[in-house]
Amino acid sequence: MTHEHFDVIVIGGGHAGSEAAAAAARRGARTALLTFDRTKIGAMSCNPAIGGLGKGHLVREVDAFDGIIARAADAAAVHYRMLNRSKGSAVWGPRVQADRTLYAAAVQAALGKDPSLTVVEGEAHSLRLDREGSRVRGVNLSDGSFIPGVAVILATGTFLGGRIFRGEEREQGGRVGEQAASRLAEQLRSAALPMARLKTGTPPRLDGRTIDWAALDEQVSDTDPWTMSPRSPERANPQLFCAITRTNSRVHDIIRDALHRSPLFGGDIAGQGPRYCPSIEDKIHRFGDRDGHQVFLEPEGLDTPLVYPNGISTSLPSDVQDAMIREMAGLAACRIVTPGYAVEYDHVDPRALDSTLALRAIEGVYCAGQINGTTGYEEAAAQGLVAGLNAAAFALGLEPYIADRSNSYIGVMVDDLVTHGITEPYRMLTARAEYRLRLRANNSWTRLGPVARHLGCLGSDAEQWLRAREDRRGEVEEQLDTGFGASALRARGAEVPLDLGQQAARDWLRFPAVHPPILGLAMEDEIVAEAIEDARYAPYVARQDAEVAELRANDSVLLPADLDYASIPGLSSEMIDRLSASRPTSLGQAARVRGITPAALSAILLHSKRAVA
Amino acid sequence: MSDTIFALSSGAAPAGIGVVRISGPRALRAAEALSGRLPEARKAALRTLRSGEGDVLDRALVLRFDGPQTATGEDLVELHLHGGRAVVAAVEAELGAMDGLRRAEPGEFTRRALLNGRIDLTEAEGLADLLEAETETARRAAIETSGGSVRRLTEGWTSELVGLSAQVEAELDHGDEEDVATGKGDEVAAQCVLLADTIAAALNVPEVERIRDGVQVVLAGPPNAGKSTLLNRMVEREVAIVSPIAGTTRDRIEAAVQREGIAFVFSDTAGIADATDDPIETIGIERAREAVASADIVIWMDDADVPQEIFEKGLAVVARCDVADRPEMPERLRVSGVTGEGVAELWQALGERAKTLTPRLDGPLLNRRQRALLRKAEGTLRSASSAVDPLLLAEELRVARQALDRITGRADIEAVLDGVFSRFCIGK
Repeated sequence: MTHEHFDVIVIGGGHAGSEAAAAAARRGARTALLTFDRTKIGAMSCNPAIGGLGKGHLVREVDAFDGIIARAADAAAVHYRMLNRSKGSAVWGPRVQADRTLYAAAVQAALGKDPSLTVVEGEAHSLRLDREGSRVRGVNLSDGSFIPGVAVILATGTFLGGRIFRGEEREQGGRVGEQAASRLAEQLRSAALPMARLKTGTPPRLDGRTIDWAALDEQVSDTDPWTMSPRSPERANPQLFCAITRTNSRVHDIIRDALHRSPLFGGDIAGQGPRYCPSIEDKIHRFGDRDGHQVFLEPEGLDTPLVYPNGISTSLPSDVQDAMIREMAGLAACRIVTPGYAVEYDHVDPRALDSTLALRAIEGVYCAGQINGTTGYEEAAAQGLVAGLNAAAFALGLEPYIADRSNSYIGVMVDDLVTHGITEPYRMLTARAEYRLRLRANNSWTRLGPVARHLGCLGSDAEQWLRAREDRRGEVEEQLDTGFGASALRARGAEVPLDLGQQAARDWLRFPAVHPPILGLAMEDEIVAEAIEDARYAPYVARQDAEVAELRANDSVLLPADLDYASIPGLSSEMIDRLSASRPTSLGQAARVRGITPAALSAILLHSKRAVA
Repeated sequence: MSDTIFALSSGAAPAGIGVVRISGPRALRAAEALSGRLPEARKAALRTLRSGEGDVLDRALVLRFDGPQTATGEDLVELHLHGGRAVVAAVEAELGAMDGLRRAEPGEFTRRALLNGRIDLTEAEGLADLLEAETETARRAAIETSGGSVRRLTEGWTSELVGLSAQVEAELDHGDEEDVATGKGDEVAAQCVLLADTIAAALNVPEVERIRDGVQVVLAGPPNAGKSTLLNRMVEREVAIVSPIAGTTRDRIEAAVQREGIAFVFSDTAGIADATDDPIETIGIERAREAVASADIVIWMDDADVPQEIFEKGLAVVARCDVADRPEMPERLRVSGVTGEGVAELWQALGERAKTLTPRLDGPLLNRRQRALLRKAEGTLRSASSAVDPLLLAEELRVARQALDRITGRADIEAVLDGVFSRFCIGK
């Protein structure tokens, strides 16, 4: 049987898949989201949190494209916390704890609203390719049916060769049936795609009714009413609190005595795990001198007693997990509902992708999320957005979206992935964004709203909201241009040097003594706050302008796609391998390839120019 | 196939030796046309160079290097000519007339070396100096850079900077982790100052260009103090017109001379008279003032005291000591361009001064570009030390890292993250 024809078919209904399907549909593509079970769309399979440092930026950026993750997070949030609040606002990290059930429901509702999006339940068996195997034609399902389509997005999470480890136990992991997974994996391998293995882990889930909460320190939700999406009118749910406990020397002894039973130390797991999210056995092994590690107890939702103990991801045997939990404050009587485990899985080396997240080897195929070696809902959603916008562009002949690393964390991530590949699961960090001062979580709409509008992926509500925001910003800019005399400010209580005379409000803002209300600016207004921050960082941002211009200039020097790096004299074999794997499309991208020296870059430039001449 | 290029690569004629380099696929054939049979690769041989008509151009040392193991990665020939302008011009004209050969553009040898991956950027700079090297000292300086001492030095600083960045980045990205101590800003600031001081100390040595360009020595004094006579005596040739008429030297005259491996450039200047009606002399006096201002050493031939603004570089002498009734000034050398009295002592004094003005060859030699970048890194580190907001501290450190990256090539953020994750136990 042949299903109806789609412009874009998305395989997978996780955070990458749902965002990809929604984005493609917003651009007007007739889109199918292929998933096992429509009720599992938007499931949070690991920690019950959305946002965080760097990750919160991604959420806000996806929101500026009228994406779904930020508003779904608000719909499900039971705890809000702005991380890094004591530091400059460019590194503030909005983060929420979300109720799993409410979150999935919000994602499903958002997808259901778009008439050009159809959810198809089924199991992907393989891609159907043209005779040469170089272009996709659609997706074959395990039931023998076929969905014809122009572009396909693989957002399959960890299904490729997933394997679960817990102590001596082994299980084939992944929700997709074994045969389908291996067929698709086989197909990707035979397309000569570079694949590698990664590892990640998850902590045990606890029964909150068996935790002695009274014995623990509480962490309450922020009281000021910010939301993940500035478009969410208010907080939707009652707010819960998290609690903090910690490991101690007794816990460490139990873990140390059982290290030989951990698959991580027995050599059974070959895949590289994330350094920023080590298992508890890793922490104790590598940082043996620490006397304890914090563990955050995070409620999984309003209607469930499940608690996620953040900080003790482990693949030790269940009996060891039980023993170590009970030695921690507040957990003496605690019951583990599901023990923690480690997962090892295959991923595609993202250097096989171009900057639109399209596979170079098979035209029309896009990849997003964990399949590209990333970790995290936010990273997945952001890639889903990029893949969705571009798959729609491919199918409908629209302009592609190449994210700019000087204008978004999305751009930083995609550029990092396709340029450097990965050696551990990739997570967003603000340190990765060299132009971080201009990339604030709270100016995402200013940065990206116009881009989203240009690409035609804003719904009419979002468009209206953006326009209103821009109007308001215009008014605020006028206010900032208003001149104030030094003596007038002194009269209002600001100790400023009199010899400065008349200055624009935006210039006065750089003086610590001049509080915005003195200039008639309302601090609580989000737009005013944004303008104040802009004024504050303006000198630094201006200093970066030349750098950004150089970046864009280098990025505009295109390198031929078929450049034979092995034929360029003087490149080391390591450089040839790296360049051949990431196939930089521009000189700027080549410059960002690790280990490329200035001499190598000159050689590449001269060689490519000579090839053209 | 690329062109074969040639150029005089040993500094402008006239000079002791003129080295003409030929590089490219036709280099060997072209050299053979001039000199007959070429010597074995990497062996020098004396050959008579002849034009196409059979006229003798010069007797020259010929060196042949076969690609790709050469400075440019191509076949390469060096002709060491007698340095006269006419000889060099004749050989160049002969080469230029050959098919497939052309005069090299400025820096083209180095660019080919880069293109063929024979050198990287810091090495290219060393090589560029080498190509211009006129003296043995300059050649050694250039090679020291090519040997990578600048790279080693800069990499050391980069790794310190990366360590500082890691501390700040840990606080920014993982400040919520208890293992990451926050509020370490003061410590980082102190380390920034230390590193800035270290870089400043390394910058506090003379520029490598001084070896190549020569130590600038200016003769200054009133009209008719015998400056031109002394100049001719010092450089042992007739470069300045000498006459008893005051104001004969109206413009600045320069003459290069080598002494014990150090290059000196002497400038004779118009005598600095208080007032003159002659507009040309006025311009000459203005140029003399500029020359004095930019000099490394000023031989002060005026009986008046050395002016305060050039006191450091002034070397006062009793000029024209052969003339009767010259004042007794025991602290000054007595010199005469006419008799040569005191000239040997003057050379000795110049040599001692020059040693403090040129960098020591056993340390890293920094050129102007490298110095500018290091100065930027130093300045940025100083502003970093006063940054209150860790975000701005991190930004200053990033800019400093980038300046160093421009000397040695890219050290990426991965290096900083390695520092973060190896130092701190991070992860929930």
